[in-house]
Amino acid sequence: MASTAPSPQPNFALDLEPLETHAFGNRSLTWWGIVAFFLIEGTAFALAIAAYFFLMSWDHAWPPPPLNPPDLLAGTLFTIVILLSEIPNTLIKWAAEKYELPRVRGLLVLMSLIGLVLLVVRAFEFNSLNVFWYQNAYGSAIWMLLVLHTTHIVTDWVDTLVLAALMFTPHGTEGRRFVDCSENAVYWRFVWLCWLPIYALIYWLPRLVN
Amino acid sequence: MSERTYLRDGPDLTGAALHDKLARTCGDRPGFWGWAASVDHKSIGRRYLVTAFVFLALGGVLALAMRLQLSGPQKALIGPDRYNQIFTMHGTTMMFLFAVPVMDAVAIYLLPLMLGTRNLAFPRLNAFSWWMYVAGGSMLWIAFVLNAGPDAGWFSYVPLAGPEFSPGKRVDFWAQMVTFTEVAALAVAVSITATILKARAPGMTLARMPVFAWSMLVVSLMVIFSMPSIALTSAMLMADRMVGTQFFNPYEYGDALLWQHLFWFFGHPEVYIIFLPATGFVSEIVQAFTGRQVFGHTAVVLSLVATGLLAFGLWVHHMFATGLPRMGYAFYTAASMAVAVPSGIQIFCWIATIWTGRPRYRLPMLWVVGFIVTFVAGGLTGVMLASVPLDLQVHDTYFVVAHFHYVLIGGAVFPLLGAVVYWFPKFTGRMMDERWGKLAFWIALPAFHLTFFPMHYLGIMGMPRRVYTYPAGMGWDTLNLISSIGAFLFAGGVMVFVGNALWSLKRGEAAPADPWTAHGLEWTTSSPPAPYNFAHIPVVTSATPLWDPERPVTRGLRVEDREVLLTTVFEARPDLREPSPMPTLWPMIAALATTVLFVCSIFTPWAIVIGSVPVGVALIAWFWPKDRGPEGEPVVD
Amino acid sequence: MRRGAVLLVMALGGCSALYGPQSSAMGQGMESAHIGNLFDLFLWVTVPIYLGVMVFLALAMRRRQAMVQGAARPEQEAGWRLGLVLFAVTSALILFGLSVATWFTDRAIARAGAGPALSVEVIGHQWWWEVRYHDPVAGRELRTANELVIPAGATVKVSLSSPDVIHSLWIPNLAGKQDLIPGRTSDVVLKVPKPGEFRAQCAEFCGLQHAQMALPVSVRAPGGFAKWYNAGLATPPVPGGGPEFAGYSLFTGRQCASCHNIAGTPASGQVAPDLTHFGSRTTIASGALPNTAASLERWIADPQRVKPGTQMPQVPLSPEERAAVVAYLESLK
Repeated sequence: MASTAPSPQPNFALDLEPLETHAFGNRSLTWWGIVAFFLIEGTAFALAIAAYFFLMSWDHAWPPPPLNPPDLLAGTLFTIVILLSEIPNTLIKWAAEKYELPRVRGLLVLMSLIGLVLLVVRAFEFNSLNVFWYQNAYGSAIWMLLVLHTTHIVTDWVDTLVLAALMFTPHGTEGRRFVDCSENAVYWRFVWLCWLPIYALIYWLPRLVN
Repeated sequence: MSERTYLRDGPDLTGAALHDKLARTCGDRPGFWGWAASVDHKSIGRRYLVTAFVFLALGGVLALAMRLQLSGPQKALIGPDRYNQIFTMHGTTMMFLFAVPVMDAVAIYLLPLMLGTRNLAFPRLNAFSWWMYVAGGSMLWIAFVLNAGPDAGWFSYVPLAGPEFSPGKRVDFWAQMVTFTEVAALAVAVSITATILKARAPGMTLARMPVFAWSMLVVSLMVIFSMPSIALTSAMLMADRMVGTQFFNPYEYGDALLWQHLFWFFGHPEVYIIFLPATGFVSEIVQAFTGRQVFGHTAVVLSLVATGLLAFGLWVHHMFATGLPRMGYAFYTAASMAVAVPSGIQIFCWIATIWTGRPRYRLPMLWVVGFIVTFVAGGLTGVMLASVPLDLQVHDTYFVVAHFHYVLIGGAVFPLLGAVVYWFPKFTGRMMDERWGKLAFWIALPAFHLTFFPMHYLGIMGMPRRVYTYPAGMGWDTLNLISSIGAFLFAGGVMVFVGNALWSLKRGEAAPADPWTAHGLEWTTSSPPAPYNFAHIPVVTSATPLWDPERPVTRGLRVEDREVLLTTVFEARPDLREPSPMPTLWPMIAALATTVLFVCSIFTPWAIVIGSVPVGVALIAWFWPKDRGPEGEPVVD
Repeated sequence: MRRGAVLLVMALGGCSALYGPQSSAMGQGMESAHIGNLFDLFLWVTVPIYLGVMVFLALAMRRRQAMVQGAARPEQEAGWRLGLVLFAVTSALILFGLSVATWFTDRAIARAGAGPALSVEVIGHQWWWEVRYHDPVAGRELRTANELVIPAGATVKVSLSSPDVIHSLWIPNLAGKQDLIPGRTSDVVLKVPKPGEFRAQCAEFCGLQHAQMALPVSVRAPGGFAKWYNAGLATPPVPGGGPEFAGYSLFTGRQCASCHNIAGTPASGQVAPDLTHFGSRTTIASGALPNTAASLERWIADPQRVKPGTQMPQVPLSPEERAAVVAYLESLK
C-alpha cells in the first residue's frame, strides 16, 4: 500500500563515497555506546555509594559492633595490580590506533592473564570482609559494592578474552576490530576508576569513621 | 579504500532501479523467522506499539474491575487479596508496560524517518530490547493469572514488600519484571541517544532538528540517569527477600526509607519520561496544523531540557509525610513548583502558535486541544501537591489519583492518541476515519472528566487510596458511582478509537506521502516507508525541510550492503559511512537466554551464575563477525 | 476552603461528605484550619489561572491569521516574545508567592504546636491502632486501642511509630497526615478548640486490611476528658456472676487471653488490642463494625468474614458461649 513521493532527477549535492568506514574516538558509534554504558553503570555505582552513606548516617558505629573492618591485604593488592594494569591497557590503545596487530595480540593476551589474577585476588577479598551480607545492612552494603564491581571485572574480562581470540582470526585485520580494541581499553579505565572510591568506602572509611 | 567496486546510489543509480536494489538489501525475509530476525526499526517500532496497546487494554480492564468494586460502599465483588493484586497490576502495567514503551515505540519508528537516516544506531540492541520487554511483561501477567501477582502496590514499599510481610514470590515477580523493562528501556535510550547525536542527515544541525527528536534526546538521557536507580533498588529488594540482605530492615541497621528515596529518584523522572515525548507530539502536530514552525522554538527546546533537569530534583515530594526535616522539604516545594514554569512556557508557545498560525482542526488537533484543557488542570493540582501542608492532607488520597490521571492521561495519552491519528497514514499507508475518530474523542474527553474530576472531591472528603472498599454513610457513594460510570464510558471511547484504527488498517482511505501538508522529513518517504526509508539520504537546509523549495540529497552510499551515514554532533557534517547490521536471530536468542536467567533467579540465586553462561555465549555469537572475510568495505552480520 | 468549595459543591449537586467526620474541608483542628486557609488561597489563585489559559486558548482558536509562508509576521513575533517573557516571569512570581505562603503556613503550624503538651503514643499495627498515654505522674500511664480521646483546647503531641510495616495516621478534620515508619519516630501535634467526634483512617497502604484500619477520634471538654482518663485507669472488677462471669471464664480460659490484655485478669497478651475498657469504645476492629452486641457477636463468630486477612483467629465457641463473651466484653465500661 505504498505510494511513492514523486521525484524528478534528484539534486545531488554531496558525495559520501570518499568517507571512511571506521574511526577512533567519539567519531565511532561504538564510543557513544560505551559512554552511554559508563553513564548507566556510573549512575548505578553512584547510587549504591549514596545508599552506603545513607545507611551509614544513622547514629551507630560503622561497622556495627562487634564487627571489624575488612582486612586490608587482598583489597590493597587488588588495587595495586589494577592500577598497574593501566600500563598495558594504554599500550593496547596506542597500538590499536596505529593498527599494530602483533602488539595488540600480545597485550590482549597479557590483559587476559591480568584479569584472571585480579579475579583470584577478588575471591580472597570476599573472604576477608569479616562480615556476611546477611548479618546487617553494613554487611549488605559492602557486599553490594564489591559484587557490583566484580560483575564489571567479569564482563570486561570476558570481553577482553573474546577480543583477544578475535584478533587472532582473519577478522583481526579489519579496521573496525582495532576500534573495538581501543574502546575496550577505554572501558577498562572506567572499571578501575570506579574501583577507587569503592576501595575507599569498603576498606578505609570504616577505619577512619569510628 | 578497497579494490572492489561497489554499487552506490547516485545519478547513475536512482529511481525504480535503485528502489529494487535497496529494497532487497534493506528488506526482511518473509515469514515468521524473517520477522523474528528483523533489525529494521519500523518492524520493531510496530511491535512495540502493538504490545504496548495490548498492555494498555489489560491495564484498562483492571481499572474497570476496580471501578466496579468501588462503585458502591462495601461491595463484595472483589476481595482484598485480589483487589490488592489488581491495583498493583494496574499501576505496574500502565507505568512499566504501557506508558514508557509506547513512547519508545513511536520514537523507534519515527526518529530515523524524522532525522533522515535508514535505521537507528545499534539496531540489534533495539530488537533485543523488544524481546526483553515482552518477556518481562508476559512473566508478570502469567504470574497474575496464576494468583501470584504482586500485591504491594506499583511502588512496592518496604517493609510491606519485604520478606517478612510479603512471603512467596509475588513481589519477586514484580521486582524482576522491573529488571526486564529497565534493561529494555535503557537499551532503547542508548540507541536513541546515539542516533540523535550521530546519525542525523547532513545539514540537520541540532537547531534544525524536530522538536520531537529533542524531546526524545532529553528523555533518553533521563532514562539513562534514572532507571539505574530502580534497577539497583529492585535488586536490593530481591536480595533482601531471597538471600537475606538487610538493606531495608530497621532492626539490622537498615532503613525502610532507603527504598523510598531510591524508588522515587527514579519514579519522579519516570513521569516526565512519559510526559515529555507527548509534548514532542504536540509540537509536531501543532506545527503541521497551523502551517508554521512552533512559536518560540528555542524556548520550547530549552523548556524540555529544563524540565528534564529539574525532574531529578523533586523526588522527595513523594515523601512529604515521612517526617524528614521540614527545612529540606522547603527546597522540594520550591523545586516542585518551579518545574511547572517550563511546562507553562510550552503551553504558552503552543497557544501562541495556534493564534499566529492558520489552524485546521483535523482530528489530531482535537486531541491537542483536549490535552491542553486536561493537562493544565492536572498541572495546577500538581502545584497544590507541591505545597507540603496541602500535601499532608491530600497525599495518599483520591485527590492524588485525580491529579496523576489528569497529567498522565491528559498530558500523555491524549497527545499519544493524536499522534496515532497523525502518523497512522505514514505507518500504514491509510488514513484513519475522521468521523469515527471524532466520535471517539467526544466520548472519551467528557468521560475522562466524569471519571476523574469527582476524585478531587473524594480525596478532600477523606477517601484514602488503595482501599478495596469503603464504609457506607461516609458520603462517598454518589461520587464513586459517577466516577465508575465515567470509567466505563471512557473505556467505550477508547474502544471506538481502537476499533477505528483496526478498521482503517484494512479499509481506510489510501494515504499519500504527505496527507497533512506537514514539514518534516518523514513526510518525504512513501506511506508506509520503503524498507530503506530514503532512496538517497537527504540534505537539510532548514527546520522545515518540506516547506523549502529545494530538496538536495546525497549520493555514494553502498546499495548492496546495508550502510548508514554518521555525521558530526553539532553541525551534522558527513563524517563516516557506518555498516548497518543484517537481520539476525541472535538478539532474540540472547533475550531468551537472559529471560531464562532472570526468571530462574527468582527461584534460586544460583541461576545467576549458571544462567549467565548461555547469556554470555549468545552475546559472543551476536557480536562475533560472521565469515565474510576482511577484504572490502565492512558489513555487520 | 469553605467559601470556594461550597460553590463548587452546589454545582455538583451537593456532597454532604464535605461536612462529615472524615473530611479535610472542616478545619476543626489548629493544623487543618491553617491548611484549609492555604488551600483556599491556592484555589483562588489556580482556578483563575486555569480559566485564563482556557480563555487564551479559546481566543487563539477563533483567529484565522493571514500568514507569511510558514511563519507569523515578524512584527508580531516580537510582541509575542515579550508576552512569553511576561508569562514566564509572572508564573514564576506566582509560584514563588505560593511557596512563601506555604512557608508561612508551616511556620504558623509549628509555632501553634509549640509549648507543653499532653503526650500520646500511637503505634500502628497490621491492622489496628495501639494508643498509650504518657503522664509524668507514675502509675498514670493509660493503654488502650482503636480509640484516641483527647481534651479540647489542649496541645496534644502524638508520637508515631510502627513495629511492622509503614502506616499513616490521618485525621483529616484535625491535621495533616504523618507516616508511622518502622525504625523511626515522628509526630503530629493536635490542637482542637471544640469537642467533637471524628474518624481517622490509615493512609499508607499496609496490606490486606488497609481499607479497614480506621480510628475513632473523640475530642472532649477538659472535664469530660479527665473523667474518661480516670475511668480508663481504673481496673474493671471481675464479674460476680451471670453471663458476664461465664464470658470472663471463657475469655481467660481460651486463647483470647494469649493475645489480648484486660487489666485485673490473667489475660495479658500483648499482640492484639487491649480490651480493658472495650465496652466504652464506639467501634470494633478499628472501625470495621459499630460496637454493639450484635456486631460483636458477628465479629467473634467469623472475623475473616468481616475483615478477611485479620490476625484474629476464629475461636470455636457455641452460640451461648459467644453470647456470654459478648456480655462480658460489653460490660467492660
